[in-house]
Amino acid sequence: MVRQETMYLNLGPQHPSTHGVLRVLLELDGEVIVRATPDIGYLHRGIEKLMEQKTYHQCLPLTDRIDYLAGSANNLGFVLAVEKLLGIEVPKRAQYIRVIVAEFTRISSHLFWLGTHAHDIGAMTPLFYAFREREQIMDLFEMINGSRLFPNYLRIGGLAQDLPEGFLYKAREFVDSFPEQIKDYEALLTKNRIWIERTKGVGVLTPEEALDYGVSGPMIRGSGIEWDIRRADPYLCYEDFDFEIPTGQNGDTYDRYLVRMEEMRQSAIIIKQAIEGLPDGDINVEDPAVTLPPKEKVYTNIEALINHFLLIQKGIVVPEGEVYVHTEAPKGELGFYIVSDGTTKPYRVKIRTPSFVNLQSLSKMAEGRLLSDLIAIIGTIDIVLADVDR
Amino acid sequence: MAETNSVASRIKQIFPDVFLEYQSFRDQETIIVKRDRIKELMTFLRDEPGLEFRYLADLTAVDYLQKRPRFMIVYHLYSHKEKRILRIKVPLEEEDPYIDSVTSIWSTANWHERECFDLFGIRFVGHPDLRRILLPSDLEGHPLRKDYPVEGR
Amino acid sequence: MGIEEHLGNNIITTTLEKLVNWSRKSSLWPATFGLACCAIEMICTAANRFDIARFGMEAFRASPRQADLMIVAGTVTKKMLPAVIRIYEQMSEPKWVLAMGSCASSGGIFRSYAVVQGIDQYLPVDVYVPGCPPRPEALLYGILKIHEKIKKDPFLTKKYAHLQLEEQEKIVEKVIKDGRD
Repeated sequence: MVRQETMYLNLGPQHPSTHGVLRVLLELDGEVIVRATPDIGYLHRGIEKLMEQKTYHQCLPLTDRIDYLAGSANNLGFVLAVEKLLGIEVPKRAQYIRVIVAEFTRISSHLFWLGTHAHDIGAMTPLFYAFREREQIMDLFEMINGSRLFPNYLRIGGLAQDLPEGFLYKAREFVDSFPEQIKDYEALLTKNRIWIERTKGVGVLTPEEALDYGVSGPMIRGSGIEWDIRRADPYLCYEDFDFEIPTGQNGDTYDRYLVRMEEMRQSAIIIKQAIEGLPDGDINVEDPAVTLPPKEKVYTNIEALINHFLLIQKGIVVPEGEVYVHTEAPKGELGFYIVSDGTTKPYRVKIRTPSFVNLQSLSKMAEGRLLSDLIAIIGTIDIVLADVDR
Repeated sequence: MAETNSVASRIKQIFPDVFLEYQSFRDQETIIVKRDRIKELMTFLRDEPGLEFRYLADLTAVDYLQKRPRFMIVYHLYSHKEKRILRIKVPLEEEDPYIDSVTSIWSTANWHERECFDLFGIRFVGHPDLRRILLPSDLEGHPLRKDYPVEGR
Repeated sequence: MGIEEHLGNNIITTTLEKLVNWSRKSSLWPATFGLACCAIEMICTAANRFDIARFGMEAFRASPRQADLMIVAGTVTKKMLPAVIRIYEQMSEPKWVLAMGSCASSGGIFRSYAVVQGIDQYLPVDVYVPGCPPRPEALLYGILKIHEKIKKDPFLTKKYAHLQLEEQEKIVEKVIKDGRD
């Protein structure tokens, strides 16, 4: 008598292809996935709870580490939310610089995705090509605030400091040469037979499913829905720039690959425009209740010293209220819901991270596919586990 | 304001028994409703022409320890057509906090509700798989409640 | 002078301990084991610019049984802790542990209910690399420190290392006479 039953397989939490500490419980019928249940929380660090104990400025380093491939994009979401609570808008120059930093973050995050995703599927070379360019961006980040991964450059009400000398020249040099480099990656992958076989038709999400599962960013655009928060709900000064929103047609892994490649190109175009149109002026709002006084004044002026002291010791007093601000992070919709009780510490911060929501569609996409496709699907969601678990 | 108020007034008109309050802060509108007909209300918001909040952006809770009622469930809905966010809040009492699950309306609510259950201990009635999602299953307590110490017990 | 004079340049004399330590440090294989942010810098270290292959370490092993260096790269949460310990136990001896970054060393900025405040409470850490995250150069420096430690590892003689020279000589005599110590 032949007995037939499904097999259970545990993938992770330590596995080279799960991009961190993701665990997937698989029910297999031979090589076909019957059910895939992600088990998350292996990197839950309690950031939301920690934020309730810290002043608004102290929260900033925590936001960096949510999506660690795109530190500045998280900073941006948080400072925009606090600025909305405060009812202030930063000067034009600061907005432009923020756009430059945010778009560089997007490129570096997508490059990392490209390298690891291709590596998972079996193409080794794109990893080294992508890291070559990524290291250039890391150097740029290091220029602006001294750290590679987490520049922590943004401040509530502006920026930590103005751009250093030579930054714009180097940034310009990068965005000028970058489209040529993308051609290198595409030459390796786009028409590669193995790549197409491994990605076309794998992990399909129809537009209806995409909306139902609440996915965002390149995931929803890959399914053909043209929704980019930079365009739909413009923040900073994104309406000043001319850029395209790439969309896919089939909603599969291959389309999402094309979408992200095009997004990198568009980011380079935005940076170019921002560098050309970068206005002069202040980088911080002129509000002593928010912005630290300049250092030389602190040394010479008693009022500035007291102001500095109060802002550091007590923090910024934020009026009572609640806001939800969403931005287009590299991985999708990053939302900060902040409840303020009128003190210097947030009463509650909820971080709506893109990876958490996008990962949920894994079960749907993996159902009925082969086990080896799961690796492609995990890669195409572009998860960062700290972003999933917070 | 007239346009935003129209969502509130329509809800008030169609669900007079659950409508509690309308608030607006920094151009973001909030509607506070009772928990009783939440599924009906959400289905209405999703499908009604002219509203079409087809996208559940976020679902969470806030613990107002000192206040009564203690918990507030917060839904953030987004309409791709109208390009706007709507916040729905539902107060819940401390004793036995429960609310109907909206997983049948949006599949994305599944993990959001599990997280809310995990960190706040709020029960979602009708949820297909309500268990801890982020924390180990043997942990006691719900860390995001205000009476839970930051460094754990 | 010594025997070397007669051997010329064809043979090198050394102690067994030194030879084994040299081979161990020259092919230290790390486990592919990333936890959080630091893993990104670990990958950068392995990639083209910083190139860990210069130190004979490019073979990141996905299976802990083939690895002898565990780089704890990132925050260890209480949920992840049992898995981390199991991976360490699966690695074959001899093995070394490098705590990379503030989180692995001390919990870092995450002093919360979910995070283990330093992996050294559970595993024997050989080298701590500070930073949040440490730069790739810092990680390489930490690894070189482990190399130094391995080179000095008295794994054959450490049983009697605490004894005086005369006592050690007595033991040698006893080994020669009885065939065992």
